[in-house]
Amino acid sequence: MATDVSQPQARAPRPSIDLIGWLRQNLFSNWWNSLISMALLFLVFQTLSGLFNWIVTSDGWPAVANNVRLLLVGRYPPDQTWRPELVVAMIALLLGLSGGLWRGIPLALAAGFALLILLLGLIALTLPPDQVAPLVPTTLFLFGSTGLVALGVAVAWRLGNLLRWPLVVAWIVLYPVAILILRGDATTAIETSLWGGLMLTLILAVSGIVLSFPLGILLALGRRSNLPVIKWFCIAYIELIRGVPLVTVLFMASLMLPLFLPSEVRIDAVVRAIVAVTLFSAAYMAENVRGGLQSLPRGQTEAARALGLNVVQTTLLITLPQALRAIIPVLVGQFIGLFKDTSLVVIIGLTDLLGMAQAINTQPQWLGIAGGVWRETFFVIAVVYWIFSFTMSRTARQIESRLNVSH
Amino acid sequence: MSGHAVGETIIICEHVNKWYGDFQALKDVSMQVKKGEVVVICGPSGSGKSTFIRTINRLEEHQEGRIVVDGIEMSNDIRNIDAIRREVGMVFQQFNLFPHLTVLQNVTLAPLWVRKKTRKESEVKAMELLERVGIIEQARKFPGQLSGGQQQRVAIARALAMEPRIMLFDEPTSALDPEMVKEVLDVMKTLARAGMTMLCVTHEMGFAREVADRVIFMDKGQIVEENTPEEFFNHPRHERTKLFLSQIL
Repeated sequence: MATDVSQPQARAPRPSIDLIGWLRQNLFSNWWNSLISMALLFLVFQTLSGLFNWIVTSDGWPAVANNVRLLLVGRYPPDQTWRPELVVAMIALLLGLSGGLWRGIPLALAAGFALLILLLGLIALTLPPDQVAPLVPTTLFLFGSTGLVALGVAVAWRLGNLLRWPLVVAWIVLYPVAILILRGDATTAIETSLWGGLMLTLILAVSGIVLSFPLGILLALGRRSNLPVIKWFCIAYIELIRGVPLVTVLFMASLMLPLFLPSEVRIDAVVRAIVAVTLFSAAYMAENVRGGLQSLPRGQTEAARALGLNVVQTTLLITLPQALRAIIPVLVGQFIGLFKDTSLVVIIGLTDLLGMAQAINTQPQWLGIAGGVWRETFFVIAVVYWIFSFTMSRTARQIESRLNVSH
Repeated sequence: MSGHAVGETIIICEHVNKWYGDFQALKDVSMQVKKGEVVVICGPSGSGKSTFIRTINRLEEHQEGRIVVDGIEMSNDIRNIDAIRREVGMVFQQFNLFPHLTVLQNVTLAPLWVRKKTRKESEVKAMELLERVGIIEQARKFPGQLSGGQQQRVAIARALAMEPRIMLFDEPTSALDPEMVKEVLDVMKTLARAGMTMLCVTHEMGFAREVADRVIFMDKGQIVEENTPEEFFNHPRHERTKLFLSQIL
């Protein structure tokens, strides 16, 4: 029919391919392609079946199961376990509230967190009966926290914007409050030398990220300053720190710093590690921020200045927000790096997640196991590191695509 | 034609010289603009016309000579410069809207932070200006979602939100697709007729003929010729001006 010819097609034609078609097109399009595909599939199968076989048959898992406490909080006094648990519960509630209020990314994070602790609780229940008994309180706590997330979501869903500012404030004060709770009051002060495991890793990473972020921004702005003294100080600092490995900075902070200070001043080992990680990370942060600032067209500053905004206003309202937005992927990459780099504090005697795994490997009760238990412990902590890093990277992707809408 | 109600002198430039390294970008530029006047500056590329207009709000620093804007003597004192910038609006070739802010936020930013107006006050004013330049429906969008012509009209509204006494236009239509030039020029014409003091670097000779009180022709950093549009287009005096006009008309 004549009219059909001029009729534009409603949609671009979509290739309809079933599974077999897809396989044929992508993996077996010709003989050598098929050969490579077969070889790779065989390799993947071998690796996965070997991994699965090892997971099922290994007798080293009790080393992990019996040391969950050490891996999570280190040698933190068992009768004070309620302190880290309280902090986790607070995080659960805040995550739930944020998820219910802002939906989107926070909701996904809250759901992921709830799922994770629920899974941990369920895993604990699958252990042999004699091992379950001591874990019952922890399991109940995990289920309770899952409930708190759900409760938070429900409450925030109802109350909506009323919670906005209280919630922002709550997130900001969470960090100092958590440290105070973990530290205990004057009479029952819990030495940071007892802190360890995942808890210590997270404290180091969060402190490093939270503190190095503003410091890095200041250094970046300083490096671009017109005042020579500030400029040269920032350049010297950045280039000095970037010229040495993190291990050196950690050694400096833990071994040499006490030499410079009067003997009665003793700085806590964890604080020294935090300072080292922060100072180290800030130098890299500064260069990333500077890159972001330099990527902006000159016209942005000119337009702001022509409108009468002063230098500070131009930086805070115009250039910095755009620069930070542009470097989100780099920033998150750096945060992930920092998170994993905290494992280096083992060298200065702190037992973070990695340190704990090493400590467990040398426990006498596993000496009978051929080959030791290091595979099992390291596998588990690798999974833990991966979960956190992957979450950070996915969150960043989400934020990026969210912000791209506005461009 | 021209003939705006003209008042006292609002911009004075005397013997302005500027160098980039060894290259002299402005040579002994002297001119004056009266309140309510519309002055068009034209000339071949590299003639220093953009540089000159940018010295008036100190986006470019001049090394010699005197510039007085609205009674404020330009000096190296940042407070002086900021005072001048508050009275002088500028529209750029590349629009230079802030991409991370909505159209409305772009327009309210300076009144909020520089003039310290309330949010309500500046938003009412902004909506009024956006209506005047014909893009009120786009107020909640981001600049990236607008066409070039629309962006430039937002840029004009943004500059006007500061209630400037002088507007500088630095090739406002050069980066636009041809069909969008008119919508921007129309806004500029309305502004000129409303009595705004305007200094425009532009190649739009139709605009110059229609609304300019004076046309200044620059070449190699110097003012070559300065005349009414009538005289300038019909009886150019200098050979260089004649050559230029024969090339662009």
